[in-house]
Amino acid sequence: MKIVVCIKQVPDTAGEVKFKPDGSLDRAAMLTIMNHDDKAGLEAALRLKDQYGAEVTVLTMGLPKAEDVLREALAMGADNAILVTDRVLGGADTWATSSTIAAALRNLDYDLIITGRQAIDGDTAQVGPQISEHLGIPVISYAQNLKVEGDSVIVERQFEDRYHVLKAKMPCLVTALSELNEARYMTPGGIFDAFKKEITVWGRADLKDLDDANIGLAGSPTKIAKASDKVRKGAGTKVSDLGAAEAADYIVNTLAEKFVI
Amino acid sequence: MNLEEYKGVYIFAQQVDNQISSISFELLGKAKDLAKDLNTEVTAMLLGSGVKALADELAAYGADKVIVVDDPALKDYMTEPYAHAICSIINEYKPEIVLFGATAIGRDLAPRCSARVQTGLTADCTVLEIGDFPLNPIPGKEQKHNQLLMTRPAFGGNTIATIACPDNRPQMATVRPGVMQKIDKIAGAKADVIEFNPGFEKNNCYVEIQDVVKIVNDTVDISQAKILVAGGRGVGSKENFAMLEELAKVLGGEVASSRAAVDSGWTNKEQQVGQTGKTVRPHVYFAIGISGAIQHVSGMEESDIIIAINKDETAPIFDVADYGIVGDLTKIVPLLTEKIKKQKEAK
Repeated sequence: MKIVVCIKQVPDTAGEVKFKPDGSLDRAAMLTIMNHDDKAGLEAALRLKDQYGAEVTVLTMGLPKAEDVLREALAMGADNAILVTDRVLGGADTWATSSTIAAALRNLDYDLIITGRQAIDGDTAQVGPQISEHLGIPVISYAQNLKVEGDSVIVERQFEDRYHVLKAKMPCLVTALSELNEARYMTPGGIFDAFKKEITVWGRADLKDLDDANIGLAGSPTKIAKASDKVRKGAGTKVSDLGAAEAADYIVNTLAEKFVI
Repeated sequence: MNLEEYKGVYIFAQQVDNQISSISFELLGKAKDLAKDLNTEVTAMLLGSGVKALADELAAYGADKVIVVDDPALKDYMTEPYAHAICSIINEYKPEIVLFGATAIGRDLAPRCSARVQTGLTADCTVLEIGDFPLNPIPGKEQKHNQLLMTRPAFGGNTIATIACPDNRPQMATVRPGVMQKIDKIAGAKADVIEFNPGFEKNNCYVEIQDVVKIVNDTVDISQAKILVAGGRGVGSKENFAMLEELAKVLGGEVASSRAAVDSGWTNKEQQVGQTGKTVRPHVYFAIGISGAIQHVSGMEESDIIIAINKDETAPIFDVADYGIVGDLTKIVPLLTEKIKKQKEAK
């Protein structure tokens, strides 16, 4: 079985968020990590490899420094790594990103493609389902459990108040929730090997069946009209010298003034 | 693509077990605003099996037209038949705007549809309006009017971007539940109902549904509550959450929580507010023992009145609270409940 896991290098928004003196985000000063949902997807692939034997390839699109997350994936146990990087691919929205990654996947043999549900920087959850549409294969999103049975996958797809147990014939694409599993650590031997392994680098010229009209900033149907760091409404009144009873009275009076009670 | 051919504001009317989801009404409320600005109509796309009777309910919340696709293949939500139905409607009727809820269903369906009809999609919008793109005229560049401007938070709620889709149609967005306002129900409203069936033929993209497992819980939908009493790590224990329950009870509200409280096992995931939980905008939001991490704040900062109680006066929650009280929640909350009870009895 051949599994391709799509991963993304993202700024660690859950870690320390750093701001420049002018209040805007200091992205360069923030740590980058492998996106959580993607890591769960990689772990799921590695477990299938442990269980049934599989060749696991990780693929990412990004800046040259995205090589770091590929090395991490190799150290966890992935067999091959591919970096899709090219200046002309930059600034892509989800349509252009999914078109590009789908073209890269067409260069590969796969039975199963796993992506994370969503990346913590964009939170769109769009790229996985869009890749599957470009490739004409089924998608099962929000996987909280994943098994292989013959030529099919059995997936529990999470919804708000329920889950569906779905069976899809491979090839297919599954998007993973970080709840899917607890990712393994890199092993010292794995880390050592990971730095000896070769990473395949593909540029624009290596991607076939891909129209220039569908890549990069220019090929993105959605355009940013404006972007700004969020302006919050700011603090109201804060009282810090009241006893418990006075504090309670203060809240009661406030609620009464606002006609809540 | 002749953009002028595309007319009308369409929404995906999500239903589960033949009950229309609240997000569908919220989408109709916003669609009505947009349609007014564009001088056009609101159409709801209602998909399912045995759902035709639900059309009146959509009319009551603002749908001028309802396109019904009623087929056994649509009984439970499945990506492929739903995407096929929506894309067939888009190809047939050519709407200029299509809105989905940013629910588990909408966030699975919308990207598949946008890729199929080859247009852009903006996720998780919190503001939608009609305007110009670019926002301000740029010499030598055409400024397009009557564009859908879609605003969404990104980067864990730290940034906010306004996005347009000027050269493709339809303009598609998923909309965060609990943000748009539904209109007051119009009793007896009737929509123009169109039955449409694109035909369903199984292909390799169909998946087999083996089981539907409902997770039984008796919690209510916190995104619908007018008053929320939310607790975080500072509440300290599951037992202490009982104090919050009491307060919520006298106020006629519900109990919500931060992720920390869910992770500690004091509350369940359905009650979680924030980036990985729900977005809420109640009339009153009590943040009790919640430090106010950005991931939490992004899910509740649109609340009308925010009251924070925290013993740490440097907690970031005080930066967004309208009324901040520095103090011991275990002392203040029971007294507060008592006093409100008395006040209510006095009336």
